[in-house]
Amino acid sequence: MSAFWSAWVSVITLAVILGCTWLLFATRKSQKFNDTTEEKVGHAFDGIEEYDNPLPQWWFKMFLGTVIFGLVYLVLYPGLGSFQGLLGWTSHNQWEEEMAHAEEVYKPVFAKYAAISVEELQLPENEKGLKMGQRMFGNNCAVCHGSAGTGAHGFPNLTDNDWLYGGAPATIKATITNGRNGGMPPWGAVLGEEGVRDVASYVLSLSGQEVDKDAAARGQGQFQALCTACHGTDAKGVQMLGAPNLTDNIWLYGGTFEKVAHTIRNGRAGMMPAHKDLLSDEKIHLITAYVYSLSNK
Amino acid sequence: MIKHETIEKNIGLMILLIIITISGGGLAEIVPLFFQTSTTKPIEGMRTYTALEFEGRDIYIREGCNNCHSQMIRPFRAETERYGHFSTANEFVWEHPFLWGSKRTGPDLARVGGRYSDDWHRAHLYNPRDVVPESKMPAYPWLFENKLTGKDTAKKLEVQRAMGVPFTDEQIAGAQDAVQGKYEIDALVAYLQALGKTHSVYNNKR
Repeated sequence: MSAFWSAWVSVITLAVILGCTWLLFATRKSQKFNDTTEEKVGHAFDGIEEYDNPLPQWWFKMFLGTVIFGLVYLVLYPGLGSFQGLLGWTSHNQWEEEMAHAEEVYKPVFAKYAAISVEELQLPENEKGLKMGQRMFGNNCAVCHGSAGTGAHGFPNLTDNDWLYGGAPATIKATITNGRNGGMPPWGAVLGEEGVRDVASYVLSLSGQEVDKDAAARGQGQFQALCTACHGTDAKGVQMLGAPNLTDNIWLYGGTFEKVAHTIRNGRAGMMPAHKDLLSDEKIHLITAYVYSLSNK
Repeated sequence: MIKHETIEKNIGLMILLIIITISGGGLAEIVPLFFQTSTTKPIEGMRTYTALEFEGRDIYIREGCNNCHSQMIRPFRAETERYGHFSTANEFVWEHPFLWGSKRTGPDLARVGGRYSDDWHRAHLYNPRDVVPESKMPAYPWLFENKLTGKDTAKKLEVQRAMGVPFTDEQIAGAQDAVQGKYEIDALVAYLQALGKTHSVYNNKR
């Protein structure tokens, strides 16, 4: 803040405080506290008149109190332009102190669990670490995956041990850290509407659902030609690509005929955001351990 | 010394004295902010919103999102742990009007960009209960039906430019094409994903 603006703020602030104080004393009149008077203020409405009594003592003193409080505050805290106040307080400092204190308290705890592997964190003696992971899951992951980790339409269930990209600790950690971009291309234009329905029938038959057998038979050829590159020749999925297993009757976007046909026709683009810029490695480690625990009880 | 009676009977004088009395706070607290680097110089590397994001911002205002969501992370650990680095004045230099909000029924959104997928935002805005069962946020299904015409987009950007937001000639010329035919939900999601992502000065790791 330049000297001009510093002076501007200081002068106005002090002038206002002094002005208020002057006004208080200037209008006080010479009477003592709690004196009553026969004098009127000089106006009458509908025959109602007002006595010109002095300010009540409690009110007067409270006003003085606020003036003194204000002046003391301006000496201790930043308020008068560039003057920082005797206490040296800033909101930034206060935040840094708070953070430093938290670092001191929590860093050893996180460091302790960061040194323990995800598998070992499942042991009863590390229950507290897993609980911390659960809390952080609640804050950061539950919005999409649900507070119990059971997912929602389009957001994977994490409790069924059915993994798009793999359920090993390192893979879960990579998923949280770097995120995932699932991409299934739309096949509507290639297959035509009838082709889409044939392939949908075949896909549902893989999970043992009742389908039109002829349609499924027609869809099988097209499935082999177009879908196996990602979903595998056995349709059990390829975790390297995040292509789901189509034979286990677990469906991310719904397992009805219409839903599966919609997926084939329009494609899907699931996306898990990367958390490497949001959460520290220690926190990701504990969340990984919690997510791992959901499918490995 | 002016008498009480004189002031009461001269409304012009009374107005003048009231203005003098109440102007102190504004003169000391507001006026200097128009002349400080910390409040008038944008944070390093800040980009403007795209035309689509800007239309999304208008939808955000129209739907009153700022009545329940703030865009102002205060410098307390409880907030920075949850939302990321605290907000600073130089992040808002190009905001006309400010959307700081004053009440949080829902969470702060100052740095919500990138936290959730586009799909999540769409599902959530269509019906919040589909993804967050305990949510009390209203549903906004009409955003999925209404399309933007882009008729006024260029004009809006010009007005913003007149207020100091450095939209380029190309942005303004291409504004209508950039938004025409898009659904309102596309614009709103684009805006939400841009919140906190228009510069990369702060470390939001926690």
